[in-house]
Amino acid sequence: MFKLNMNNFFASGACAIFAIFLLAGQSARAQEVVVYSARIEQLIKPMFDAFTKETGIKVKYTTDNEGALLARLEAEGKNTPADMLITADAGNLWAAARAGLLKPVQSDVLEKNIPAHLQDPQNEWFGLSIRARTIIYNTNKVKPGELSTYEDLADPKWNKRLCLRTSKKVYNQSLVAMMIAEHGEAETEKIVKGWVANLATDPLSDDTRALEFVAAGKCDVTIVNTYYYGRLMQKDPKLPLAVFWPNQSQGGVHVNISGAGITRYGKHPQAAIQLLEFLSSDKAQNLFADVNMEYPANPNIKVDAFVASWGDFKQNPMNLAKAGELQTAAVKLMDRAGYR
Amino acid sequence: MSLWRIVPFLAAALVLAPVGVIMSSLFAPVGEVWQHLIETTLSLLLINTFWLATGVVTGTLLLGVSLAWFTAVYEFPGRRFFSWALLLPMAMPAYVMAFVVLGVFDFTGPLQTSLRAWLHSDLAWFPDIRNTVGVVIVMTLAFYPYVYLLTRNAFLSQGKRSLEVAQSLGFNRTQGFFKVALPLARPWIAGGMMLVLMETLADFGTVAVFNYNTFTTAIYKAWFSMFSLTAASQLASLLIIIVFVVIVLEQQFRMRMRYAETKRSERAQRIQLRSRHGWMVTGFALSVLFLAFVLPVAQLIFWAMRSLMAREFDLARYLEFLWHSISLSGLAALLISAVVIAIVYAARRYPHFSTRYAVRIATIGYALPGTVLAIGVYVPMTWLDGQLSDFLLHGFNLESGHLIQGTLVIMLMAYLIRFMAVSHYPIDSAMQRITHSIDEAAMSLGLHGWAMIRKIHIPILKPGIYTAAILIFVDVMKEMPITLMTRPFGWDTLAVRIYELTSEGQWEHAAVPAGTLVLAGLIPIYLLMRQTEQ
Repeated sequence: MFKLNMNNFFASGACAIFAIFLLAGQSARAQEVVVYSARIEQLIKPMFDAFTKETGIKVKYTTDNEGALLARLEAEGKNTPADMLITADAGNLWAAARAGLLKPVQSDVLEKNIPAHLQDPQNEWFGLSIRARTIIYNTNKVKPGELSTYEDLADPKWNKRLCLRTSKKVYNQSLVAMMIAEHGEAETEKIVKGWVANLATDPLSDDTRALEFVAAGKCDVTIVNTYYYGRLMQKDPKLPLAVFWPNQSQGGVHVNISGAGITRYGKHPQAAIQLLEFLSSDKAQNLFADVNMEYPANPNIKVDAFVASWGDFKQNPMNLAKAGELQTAAVKLMDRAGYR
Repeated sequence: MSLWRIVPFLAAALVLAPVGVIMSSLFAPVGEVWQHLIETTLSLLLINTFWLATGVVTGTLLLGVSLAWFTAVYEFPGRRFFSWALLLPMAMPAYVMAFVVLGVFDFTGPLQTSLRAWLHSDLAWFPDIRNTVGVVIVMTLAFYPYVYLLTRNAFLSQGKRSLEVAQSLGFNRTQGFFKVALPLARPWIAGGMMLVLMETLADFGTVAVFNYNTFTTAIYKAWFSMFSLTAASQLASLLIIIVFVVIVLEQQFRMRMRYAETKRSERAQRIQLRSRHGWMVTGFALSVLFLAFVLPVAQLIFWAMRSLMAREFDLARYLEFLWHSISLSGLAALLISAVVIAIVYAARRYPHFSTRYAVRIATIGYALPGTVLAIGVYVPMTWLDGQLSDFLLHGFNLESGHLIQGTLVIMLMAYLIRFMAVSHYPIDSAMQRITHSIDEAAMSLGLHGWAMIRKIHIPILKPGIYTAAILIFVDVMKEMPITLMTRPFGWDTLAVRIYELTSEGQWEHAAVPAGTLVLAGLIPIYLLMRQTEQ
């Protein structure tokens, strides 16, 4: 009796799925644009919904990590269904452009809305939101006066007081790549070695963890993206953590972008450009500021009120293409320095 | 009947396509990434990987075999409950377990935090768990059910009997276990062990949470951080070669033995343990279950409650994820079990060394890190798709568009390639019980062909098939990289959701889909265990 039910269950399940699968291929060819996004659904769907509402163009999207999406685009070649690639960092956009997966876009709208250092010099990709990677300290143990620069965290006075996220995360790779661009390899390697020597505990798997370790007193300072700090403080405003903007008299705060490019072989290039321009528009830029406490790429858009309370800062104006160009060098350097 | 014969070769060819894509990198020149690895981290990676594999295999063998033995042969308080409950950790993805364990036991976790407050001490003596020992413990707890499930099948059918044999030879129970029961269960134990080994070598999620550097992390680093898919593939090829050597060695080792099943045991009386010993076994089983399942689930529930209270919950969306997860896993379990039964049958009918090797190749997909295999499958499939639509366009002037892309076909193919190993070991072990004398006896009774398969073979194979189906079901449901890369638009599953939330470090919110995944995994485990239990 029971066995019969089980078989029925499997059989009906199988039939239903095959039916769906037959239908899935035959979707109507309404106006649409197809996006591969490394930015997760929660952080991108609100902008897509707003776009569809305004233009009537449907956005079909799939999410995955950057490397897999790049590999997928490469494998699909001319047959790719994707019109746009969205990533959460500049390095991967640079890699996509280098692999010939993107194509240049000439658009006055984009040039007007997105500052020059946040877009590709060849116009193959554009930053849409800014992610500032800054220093966060424990307010019970550190006076802001003690802090100055990223480089200063290599000083022995921070011995056993520093926590860092793993060097495997692209945010740290970009940071070190930009440092190489600024200081050269030898100098940067010395700094990174200094960081490693100052670690209070082995590198942690994510930014939130690093913040929690600082709050719990395992270490005094860390380097993270601000929105992780924002999320944590929203949940627990009593945590003894505060933002410090480093390198204000030299270089500026290291920023990365979440950005997008138009694929070389997309099937809806017009709609894709329309979407990209929309994402740089006031309406979408406000959404970027709202959904994840990031900084809008368009400098005319106000940040979220809570984010504004952390204060203004000067950002590093160097073009982010450097983060991609020097990423491999940065990874090797961190390996040599023993930064896991 | 000769059609049967080519089945294993077809399966091997299917696996060889992606493996070939990856292995072809060996012909590419070794680039500077290799030079860099050799100069810096390679030796450490190898040492780390070696200790990880050794530790996890040893740990899972100890836990899996002992628990299987106790629940199969002895009677102790809670035995019926534990016999299926000990499988529950299988529904828990290892990376979830890793995160929960760190969440509870690390410096910022509730345990250390409250101890620090209570003792007014900085707890400097507290052992750090973000190291080899920590990873080994987590993976052991996550993977022991593979060994447990397979070995228990062996002990259930022959454990008590082998003890009787041992007694007749004058051995006591301990000697009987080591000298008779354990050697008899070797194919099953080896099968479980191979699955654990491959799973450990392919793991990325767990080691990433611990920031523990292994071969897999090096592969991902070469690919994602140094943009060298070639170097990543070369590293992956080495991994394939290592695993293939282990598989062949295991095979040689096993070939020297022949197993013959006596008739299905009429479920001999279990040995009643004296109450003190009985409760000790209960305590052991309970602590494993607590660490591997109760604790992580409690933490997940706690997080999930907080997450559910913090934001509105889209129930319809979750039911959709759940349905996708369950239907895909069910479909994959059905498909893969069927294919593997065919393979195992063919290998039995045509016991030629080439067939044996074909079968071994067909099971190697499990050892590859998921993302590497996913791209290995995706490249030939999209190529094939392109060729097919070109062919239809030029040959027949048919504008077919893409026939494969955007359907479930690529996904199911990739699952098949990855998970054939998972179903092969239990089904193959069960097949080894069908001796030729059973066939001869059946034939002498006038049973041939399908009638023999239906009346004799299927009943004997049933526990193995059920075991295979459970393993595939939960494995597919937990699977992440293949699902991410090959899912058609809109086919988001619970695992996809977990990926999205954890990739941004939002573990509390990920607890809702993760908890749902575990719950959904419980259903087949419970149902199918009851089936084999009777």
